Amino acid sequence: MTDTADITDKAVIIVHSGDMDKLYSALIVGNGALAMGMDVSMYFTFWGLQRLKKGGLEKGPLSKMHMLGLGKWMINKRMKAANVAPLEKLMNDYKELGGRILACEMTMEIMGVKVEELRTEWIDEYGAVGTYINEARDAKITLFI
Amino acid sequence: MVLHHIYDLHKFMGKTMAEIEIDTRGETCPVPLVECRKALKKASAGDEVTILGTHPASKKEIPMACKALGLEIIGVEEKDEEWKIKIRR
Repeated sequence: MTDTADITDKAVIIVHSGDMDKLYSALIVGNGALAMGMDVSMYFTFWGLQRLKKGGLEKGPLSKMHMLGLGKWMINKRMKAANVAPLEKLMNDYKELGGRILACEMTMEIMGVKVEELRTEWIDEYGAVGTYINEARDAKITLFI
Repeated sequence: MVLHHIYDLHKFMGKTMAEIEIDTRGETCPVPLVECRKALKKASAGDEVTILGTHPASKKEIPMACKALGLEIIGVEEKDEEWKIKIRR
């Protein structure tokens, strides 16, 4: 099955933050761009990479008003009431729509993250800054989150 | 499984078109847009994909996505909070 439109426009997102709310922003923008016919790559680095660890996706704190987890608990409750999709669903949709995930090798080295600790089924490529630039140089949208 | 049968029929008969309906009522951003794209991706050329929803922004954004994808909207219906958008794949 091929799509009727040529998919040429591209969005590239650096996910530097491991905060839950920022990961939501990144995955919502990524999914939205895929849904509107763009190619998308997300480059996970530093605290963002921690979210690709097994069981790590939902583990991030709130970027503001985390309050030792109380703030996150409240926001989670509000999000559930508003029927916001869990991060796991957003990630699965992202992969189903052909979104690419790049993992930063330098972060893995610095933070001692081993490949077998990561959700390797999501990751398309392991690389460094050259991989990001190569993806981003012809991108219409590039974001640092 | 059912969808696979439709595809088989599609291939076999050449011109048979499937009608696919996706219900996103009660879902919020970005689910209606994403489910719409997932359904369009699975559908074959010529199929009719109908998206049902209540999320206000998606009512505007699904047609924007269709325009970007070069797909034709063949009908829009609205009743109270609910909307229904029919797309030709």
